Amino acid sequence: MDQSMKTTLSVLVENHAGVLSKVVGLFSRRGFNIDSLAVGVTENPAISRITIVVAGGEYTVEQIEKQLNKVIPVIKVKRLAEGKYISRMLTFFKVSFAASRRSELMKIAELMSARIVDVSKSTLTLEFTDTAERTETLESLLRPYGIKEVVRTGAIAIEKGETVTRSQKRQRMDISESAL
Amino acid sequence: MSVSGAEIMVKCLEKQGVKALFGYPGAAICPFYDALLQSSIHHVLVRQEQNAGHAASGYARASGEVGVCVVTSGPGATNLITAVASAYMDSIPIVAITGQVRSDLLGRDVFQEADITGACEPFTKHSYLVKQTADLPRVFREAFHIASTGRPGPVLIDVPVDVQQNRLERAGYPDKVDIIGYKPSVSGHAVQISRAAEAIQKAKRPVICAGGGVFSAGAVQALRRLVEQTGIPAVCTMMGIGALPTAHPLNLGMLGTHGLKGANAAIHGADLVILCGARVGDRAMAAPDQVAGHAKIIHIDIDPAEIGKNMPASIPIVGDLRLVLDKLGETLEAAHIRCPDDWVQTCQAGRVPYTRHFSTNLVNPKALIRLLSDRLEEDSILVADVGQNQIWSANHYQVKRGRFLTSGGMGTMGYSVPAAIGAKLACPGRQVVAVCGDGSFQMQMMELGTLCQEGLDVKIIVMTNHRLGMVRELQDKGYGGRQSGVNLSGSPDFIRLAAAYGIPSRRIVSDEEAPSALESLFSTDGPFLLECRVDEKEPSL
Repeated sequence: MDQSMKTTLSVLVENHAGVLSKVVGLFSRRGFNIDSLAVGVTENPAISRITIVVAGGEYTVEQIEKQLNKVIPVIKVKRLAEGKYISRMLTFFKVSFAASRRSELMKIAELMSARIVDVSKSTLTLEFTDTAERTETLESLLRPYGIKEVVRTGAIAIEKGETVTRSQKRQRMDISESAL
Repeated sequence: MSVSGAEIMVKCLEKQGVKALFGYPGAAICPFYDALLQSSIHHVLVRQEQNAGHAASGYARASGEVGVCVVTSGPGATNLITAVASAYMDSIPIVAITGQVRSDLLGRDVFQEADITGACEPFTKHSYLVKQTADLPRVFREAFHIASTGRPGPVLIDVPVDVQQNRLERAGYPDKVDIIGYKPSVSGHAVQISRAAEAIQKAKRPVICAGGGVFSAGAVQALRRLVEQTGIPAVCTMMGIGALPTAHPLNLGMLGTHGLKGANAAIHGADLVILCGARVGDRAMAAPDQVAGHAKIIHIDIDPAEIGKNMPASIPIVGDLRLVLDKLGETLEAAHIRCPDDWVQTCQAGRVPYTRHFSTNLVNPKALIRLLSDRLEEDSILVADVGQNQIWSANHYQVKRGRFLTSGGMGTMGYSVPAAIGAKLACPGRQVVAVCGDGSFQMQMMELGTLCQEGLDVKIIVMTNHRLGMVRELQDKGYGGRQSGVNLSGSPDFIRLAAAYGIPSRRIVSDEEAPSALESLFSTDGPFLLECRVDEKEPSL
């Protein structure tokens, strides 16, 4: 399999301090490449979701899944099936906004459904939420105008249809104690 | 009546059945040490923190229980890292407790502050930085559970000094553990086990490869039953030495770079390899793809991440080795499967230890280890250090019912004496011998003090050749014989050193002296140091 192939992993973790560093450390330590990473709390405040896009062949992705599963606060690792999920990333583009080319830029923004969120004398800032592919398209369209800064999040992804990625639905056990 | 965090820590250890712990105090762990005075837990004061970790490792391996070590913050904690990393590589269950600076000062680089959970991240199965005294019972309960279940490994608990000092009105110890992200599977998949049985039935040249997992899973009996019932020959990794008695007719010995020719030949000639709790490290199998090219691979391991990591597996079985081997044995017994005779004979014909002819007037270390084996009781524990002494010991120590302990994965010099101290405390009734070289001995000779303080009957054999022999050999072979940084002149007189500690000792310079020297070694009560002068050109194999 192609080593540059992208795979999206949806990882549920306990929402504790230090968990993210355990996950990220694992990647650098084992020589896995992260394309993008996004973290946020889930519908259950005790659980966070890390969406990781990785590049690598089947061997690499399988190793990543297995190694992630070994991290104690990792609750679930799910490899999202190609074509079965929706993925988006948020990007801000700050571009030069020369008076002579204003209308062209506005056209591109309109065409790509990018929102204009800030304007200054010489710059225009666009907010764009879409797939990695469409984000690249917009970037290439904007490049001739002079991109001053790009700020983007990692991709987040959700499965299509009724499928959900969540931990086994259960409450934490009420554990009895014995005297110390 | 309130209780302090430190008292809770000690009580948690008692609840876990901890009898001995190895440590070195300092300011940030003082509340714990104070509370320890009220406990019957035996504390062993080591002479350097790393050795507390190695001793806990030796204790864990000899007893089958979790080994515990405790050190202070900063340098105490960082000194411990090598031992934690060694335990991690060899999957040894230890709980390491470190003191930490006051929690409100964390991150300010105060005196003796070190981010030890961060530093140990790659070397621990799990770690905790405890921020609340109330969390201590749960953390301790979980730490022991995580260290000892699934694939065992070290767990670190870092406890700021104020968390040890704070008091609670009352504290209880959880009866159970509930970690939602940690549920190691134990029983192997039935379908996979029957697939494995089928493959074994079809195999013409099957070989079992036993790793350290045989011991972690308590699968020694199960493995032996399977081997004897099917007649399949077995090789072992360095961590798997002793999984079968050395003299067992179906034991082909250690494989790998420093292993026996017959063992390697068997693996390379096999059409089916059954990996039992072995992770196929590069030292055991330099070219796993080559082996997998001509053989089916059944890989049994409790850690799914090990399967397919270093070697592709045709039939992966995730589970506790003892349970899987028992089930596999039942299935095979019902089918009356026996390994083909011609293959067994081929394998057995290769069962000759590969020893290069090397003549010397000094002590032959291989012969000495064999002689030592003859004199040792059946259940004795030999702890080999790292270097040529490890290879001599691995290939020539005859395990009967005892154990061969060494730092296999990490290859940590200075492991043998502290690990032997731990092993002896765990098994006071068994003979314990540490074998090291003059290089490795000097990495741990301060532990002679611990040995004396504890009055432990640990025998030490130092193979002296005034060289870092393993590196010297590497330089001879790979660097045109240019010896760089391997000359150990300047070493002390070990006999006088032992005498300074009041430890009886003897130096021998020839094979003729060996029998009487071993006689004195075994007839002496308490520790004994035997120095054997070995030729500087003596090869490992």
